[in-house]
Amino acid sequence: MPDFNTMELMVVVASRILENGASVGVGTGAPLAASMLAQKINAPDLVIMFEAGGISPVMCRMPISVGDSRSYNKALMASGMCDIMESCQRGMVDYTFLGGAQIDMYGNLNSTVIGNWEKPKARLPGSGGANDFASFCWRILVITPQDPRRFVEKVSFITSPGYLDGPGAREKVGLPEGSGPHKVITNMAILGYDEETKRMRVESIHQGFDFSDVQNNCGFQLMKARQIVETPPPTAQELDLLRREVDPEGYIIGKG
Amino acid sequence: MFDIIAQGEGPLFSDPDADKARAFFRQKKRALTNKVMPLKEAVGRFVQDGFYLGIGGFGANRTPVAACHEIVRQKKKNLIFCGHTSTHDYQILAAGESFNRCDIAYIIGLEIRGLSPNARRYSESGKVQFCEWTNYALALRLKAAAMGVSYLPGRNVLGTDTFKRSAAKLGKCPFTGKLYCLFPALWPDISVIHVHEADVYGNARFDGIGVCDLELARASKRLIVTCERLIHNDEIRRAPSRTLIPHFLVDAVCEVPFGAFPGNMVGEYFSDEIHLKQWLESEKEPAGFKAFLDKYVYGVGDFEGYLELCGGIKRINQLRAEERMIDLRAPRGECHA
Repeated sequence: MPDFNTMELMVVVASRILENGASVGVGTGAPLAASMLAQKINAPDLVIMFEAGGISPVMCRMPISVGDSRSYNKALMASGMCDIMESCQRGMVDYTFLGGAQIDMYGNLNSTVIGNWEKPKARLPGSGGANDFASFCWRILVITPQDPRRFVEKVSFITSPGYLDGPGAREKVGLPEGSGPHKVITNMAILGYDEETKRMRVESIHQGFDFSDVQNNCGFQLMKARQIVETPPPTAQELDLLRREVDPEGYIIGKG
Repeated sequence: MFDIIAQGEGPLFSDPDADKARAFFRQKKRALTNKVMPLKEAVGRFVQDGFYLGIGGFGANRTPVAACHEIVRQKKKNLIFCGHTSTHDYQILAAGESFNRCDIAYIIGLEIRGLSPNARRYSESGKVQFCEWTNYALALRLKAAAMGVSYLPGRNVLGTDTFKRSAAKLGKCPFTGKLYCLFPALWPDISVIHVHEADVYGNARFDGIGVCDLELARASKRLIVTCERLIHNDEIRRAPSRTLIPHFLVDAVCEVPFGAFPGNMVGEYFSDEIHLKQWLESEKEPAGFKAFLDKYVYGVGDFEGYLELCGGIKRINQLRAEERMIDLRAPRGECHA
């Protein structure tokens, strides 16, 4: 088995979830690397959209910003924020791919503050386009390391909506029907959501870890899928493309 | 009309009244007059203390960095900042403590480069009053203003703490009964947008993604356009479909080559990641950052001085090659005479 670090593992596993022909609104950070890798392997016709306006770029170097010129290199369209977000709101974007400082059992995301909003322990960047993507896109994907400080019982602040407080809550507040959290990719597992309770559950565990590892690194009780499978480890080809073509400068995978 | 079900607790920093905006726009000059002036003069005249300020571009891309430096150098204070997709611009204006109120969509971070330590300190200091929004929420607010209406609905922000800390309202659709978030129009007092080309009257065009600049230009009461280069009005008239900002929106035109440095300007130069890292590094210690600012911002007369300190034309040429993906290290071929 080839050697890889935590971030490489997460990016590779995340990249496999996007199928060819789907559309995805991509946030900054690890999601950028994952969607670029997906484009190079399993989803060459992935319609990648960036909130700043890039549509379907052929990415030969990883953008440093979701609005830099690489984010619409050889793109089909250099559009703008309203067009992108309105495509999502109209129901034409299948996935969004996000990061986030904290996540709870319903997939609610916090990227605004740690602690109290008025006098925060730490002020973070805020929503950016995350709340918009998480409100509009059909399925929300999140990449984040498995860490009890990130997987918390209660997020300090709900920046972007997951299933809020459970089944039916999104629709009740006016969010588009049938949209919501789909998968969370960590360095230990792929998590999904229980259909009935909308609570997070373990679906696939990466080699070298077991359920208790995942649970011990999570601040709330995880559910289990009926059958938990083992995640196939990153292949030499995936890692090679990731290191050589996606992120040779190590902006993302250098943080692993 | 809409039934209002709930509303955010956040402060509304600007008046959403469309008739007040119309009264302002009524007296704005439409004539084709030469508006070219030095950036120093444009900032001095049009950016007034206490104004609501919008900045174009996205993150550190096609951002009017030179104008942000000038605002800090002229020690403008008590501004209300539109923290929309802001990264390096927020970092610079926070360094100058130029604003004390801010509508937030994205601040402090520089995307994958990390967080700005100084912008974070300033934002946590209690000196700034905040209101939470999202990128599309602020885009909708600007779009409403550009349309000349006092609000627009969206299906975002609903059900979150972002809503609670915003100044949005929750309303019921009069046609379907479904709930919508209602966003008040935002007419900034002054905005600055950096473009590739403009004529002396302010007819302007840029390449690449528009981000929210078409809306921002139309929403803003006053607008400074900084450009990589001035072009003749004939050039504009030869290709009118390329004009993105018409002259009557514009109050000042400033020719500022490399005015988005150390950010990225599509087709012109890529971002200077080494220098952006220097900003982040220097911010770790407040004393060190003060020295950095004294050298790079306060200690230079204008943006050209800053560019010189950062390596001048030589550095710009490297960033040009990087933008165009030209490999300067490729082996040179043998020349056979």
